Order: sequence, then C-alpha cells, then structure tokens
Amino acid sequence: MTARGMTDSPRPYTLIAELTYRCPLACGYCSNPLTLDRHTDELDTSAWSRVFAEAAALGILQVNLTGGEPLVRADLESLVAAARERDLYTNLITSGIPADGARLARLAAAGLDSVQISIQDTDPQGAAWIAGRDDSEAKLEMAAATRALGLPLTLNVVLHRGNIARVPELIALAERLGAARLELANTQYLGWALANREALLPARADVEEARRQALAARERLRGKIEVLFVRPDYYADRPRACMDGWARRYLLVTPDGIALPCHQALGITSLHWQNVRAHSLADLWNDAPSFRAFRGEDWMPDPCRTCDERETDFGGCRCQAFALLGDAAATDPACALAPRHDLVVAARLRAETPRATEPSPIRLRRLRSAS
Amino acid sequence: MIDQTSRLRLARQVRLKLDPRSGKQMLLYPERGLELNEIAARVAGLCAQERSVARTVAEIVDEMVAAAAGTPRERIETEVLEFLRALEDRGLLAVQKTGPHEPEDT
Ligand code: SF4
Ligand code: SF4
Repeated sequence: MTARGMTDSPRPYTLIAELTYRCPLACGYCSNPLTLDRHTDELDTSAWSRVFAEAAALGILQVNLTGGEPLVRADLESLVAAARERDLYTNLITSGIPADGARLARLAAAGLDSVQISIQDTDPQGAAWIAGRDDSEAKLEMAAATRALGLPLTLNVVLHRGNIARVPELIALAERLGAARLELANTQYLGWALANREALLPARADVEEARRQALAARERLRGKIEVLFVRPDYYADRPRACMDGWARRYLLVTPDGIALPCHQALGITSLHWQNVRAHSLADLWNDAPSFRAFRGEDWMPDPCRTCDERETDFGGCRCQAFALLGDAAATDPACALAPRHDLVVAARLRAETPRATEPSPIRLRRLRSAS
Repeated sequence: MIDQTSRLRLARQVRLKLDPRSGKQMLLYPERGLELNEIAARVAGLCAQERSVARTVAEIVDEMVAAAAGTPRERIETEVLEFLRALEDRGLLAVQKTGPHEPEDT
C-alpha cells in the first residue's frame, strides 16, 4: 500500500488469513511456524466471516487467503464470498495443489479477485528436492485455468541456492503463462528456512546475477509483467522494511485464531500472543501489548535510535533479531551497523564454500497430523 | 505509449473503492493499493467510462475552472498523463489506440 513516513498512525490495509497449516507440499523454506502441530484447531467458516467483518470495519481493504494450502479448506468458496461481502479485495495465495480447474471457476464465481501460485522450480528434480514432490504440470494447469477465467495471475518464486540459477527460465515461464506479476523473492531465513539455511543460502555472485536478470526483465516487460526481485537481507547491508513496520500495515491471523503482525512473529516467544476467539480485531490491533511492543521508535536500541534510516526500515526485522540473538529488541543482525552483524557475515562466508553434495539434504516442512 | 488519442479503460483486475477511513479513492489491485489524489481519482473515474485522454483532460480542466481552482491547463494535462503512464507501467490500464480522425463519442 502507499508508503508513508512512520509518524502517521498504524492502520492495517491487509489481512493475511492463514486458513490452515495443512499442505500437500513440504517446502524447506515454508514461512509457517516450526510449531505447526500446535495450531490444528482451525477457525470455522463463521469465525472467519466475523474476522473479515471486523477487518473491514478496521479499515482493511485487502485479504490474502493463504495457509498452508487454502485449497484444502472445503469451505473456501464460502470464505471468498464472505470476504467479498465485506468488499475486501480477495487474493488467493496458493501452491495450486490440489489442482482443480472447476474449483477455481467456483472460487471466481464467488468473487475471487486474484490468484497467486507458487512455483518451486522450473526443474522437476529441483522442485522435488525443495517441496518433497514435483507438481510442475498440475501447477501450470492451474495457472492456465486462472488466465482462462480472466483473473490476474501472480507467480511467486522463493529463491534459494537450489533454484537461483534458473531465474531466466522462471521469467520465460511467467511470460508464457501470461502472468501479470512475477515475484522473485529470496528466502527469508527464519523458521524452517533458518533451520535449512546451510542448504538454502546462495553465494553472493549467484544473487547478483539473478538480480541483474530480474532487473533486465523488469525493463523489458514493463507494462506487461511486473517483475519484482527481493534480495536476501543477508546480502543487503541494510535490513528490509519488514512488513512496512511492526504492526503498522498488516494483520495476520493464524489457522487457530492467533493475531500477529507478521508471519514469523509467533517465533518471538517472549511476547504473549492473543486470539481472535477471545478479543475483537480492533482491540488486538489497537491495544494488545504484543502489537504495541515495537511500534514507533521508543523501543529502538543504539545505533537505530539516532540513525537516519530508521524511518525507512523501521529498525529492521524483530523476528530475525529474536531468532538470531534471543532478543526481539536488538538491532537486526542483517544491518551492517548492528553489533552482531558478524553472525550474518559468517553465514555469508559459509555460502561461498561449495557443498559436499549440491543440493544438500534439507529438513522438509511436515505436519505430523498431515491430511 | 499513451498519447492524447488513446482510449482508456481500467484493467479488469482493478477495483476503485472509497476508503471509508480517509475519504479518499483507492485503486485496488492484486495485493496492492494506491491512494489517489483528487485529479487521479477523477481520471480513474473517467477511465471507467472509456474516454480518450484528450476528452478526460478537457473534462477535468473544465471542472477545475468551474471550481475556480485556477490551475493552468498544462499542469493538469501533465499530471493526468503522468498518472496514466504510472498506471500503464503497472499494467493497470487497458489502452486502445484510435486514429486521430476517429470521431469521439461519449
Ligand atoms: S511454502 Fe510450501 S509447504 Fe509452505 S504452505 Fe506454501 S506450498 Fe505449502
Ligand atoms: S542501524 Fe537500525 S535504523 Fe539504522 S540502518 Fe541499521 S537497522 Fe536500520
């Protein structure tokens, strides 16, 4: 949404509705929490409908229906309709699996506005390595079905050591499928991805080459495909403006109803997270201590509190500070000015060393009680 | 490239919505939104009616003159074209070319 300075008040524009953590795939970089198995008591249709109504009342304009895999929710059509009833711009964020063109048509009829499909790799072996299985063909069918319905298509690719060399092929695929947007987003090394960092973090030269390819494609395809490239913050020297600032523009609800400011925040175990089953969205957004914890600048340590960048990056990622240092209020180690930037430098150095086997083994993301 | 004779329509994925919080028009598209200023909001509204650029500019200038806003025509024209090109870059506009002599309908 429109970028503004951090002086203006927090106002959520986007609800990220994680409808379920069930998923047929098992990506080793998945942004879901490592504690998947504790969140299987999913909100039902009417609870989500209430969340959508409260979200709209709070000023939210868009909803991302995501997971896990939202297509495994039998009531997805009703949820799309419920979101549209509140006039929310409704995005389906899916792996495309289980692929079902007729289902997609029903979702479109229910008012779905856009579809984002994840592509793991253009190489079937690479896809199977990272996701535990290869669904390339079924995904392409779902992409084609999306276009046939006249819905805008985004392809989302999480880049890592295993697929970063195939950015040109991924761009060609987006062109062939008639995508409106191609997100080439490097892995954020948190949660499952942090557990797999040794296998996933690419060497610097590979990141730079991919970036060059992406920027060239962005120029060439301007007006046809919006090509986005997100660098790994490990190579950026300044942190990302994570979620446009803590609890400032985004509100996320987990399958079991926990309200969070971002995907990874559940990992910050020093904060107490509250549930939409017990509180209204407005109360959580405005008053929950966890949401207030890192708003504005008061929490900032040195060197952030006097740094000129603090209105641009909001002091970086709190989840990364907690994951790497056990202190959510520490300076994000991705920042070259951070006292513990050495942790990121060390990981980068290891990424330059060739592995004994490429790709090296990874821990796949699995739900013990998977359906 | 957009010029004065281009006919404009918002791409299918775009929804215009009045933001009840700010009272401003928002242009919503996949996972994004643009807050529109007054001129941009008028342009987006007129795009919904498939006008040509020339006609859109003329209409907005007339309105602003009527409102005694006193903004020079060139400034408005530039702003309209800049906004349209920004939309085009994002793939949010369905542009149709018309020949220079083709009659304008409303
Ligand atoms: S990242 Fe992979 S495993 Fe995680 S929800 Fe998406 S498709 Fe499923
Ligand atoms: S010191 Fe803090 S505010 Fe400055 S660039 Fe680093 S993380 Fe951002």
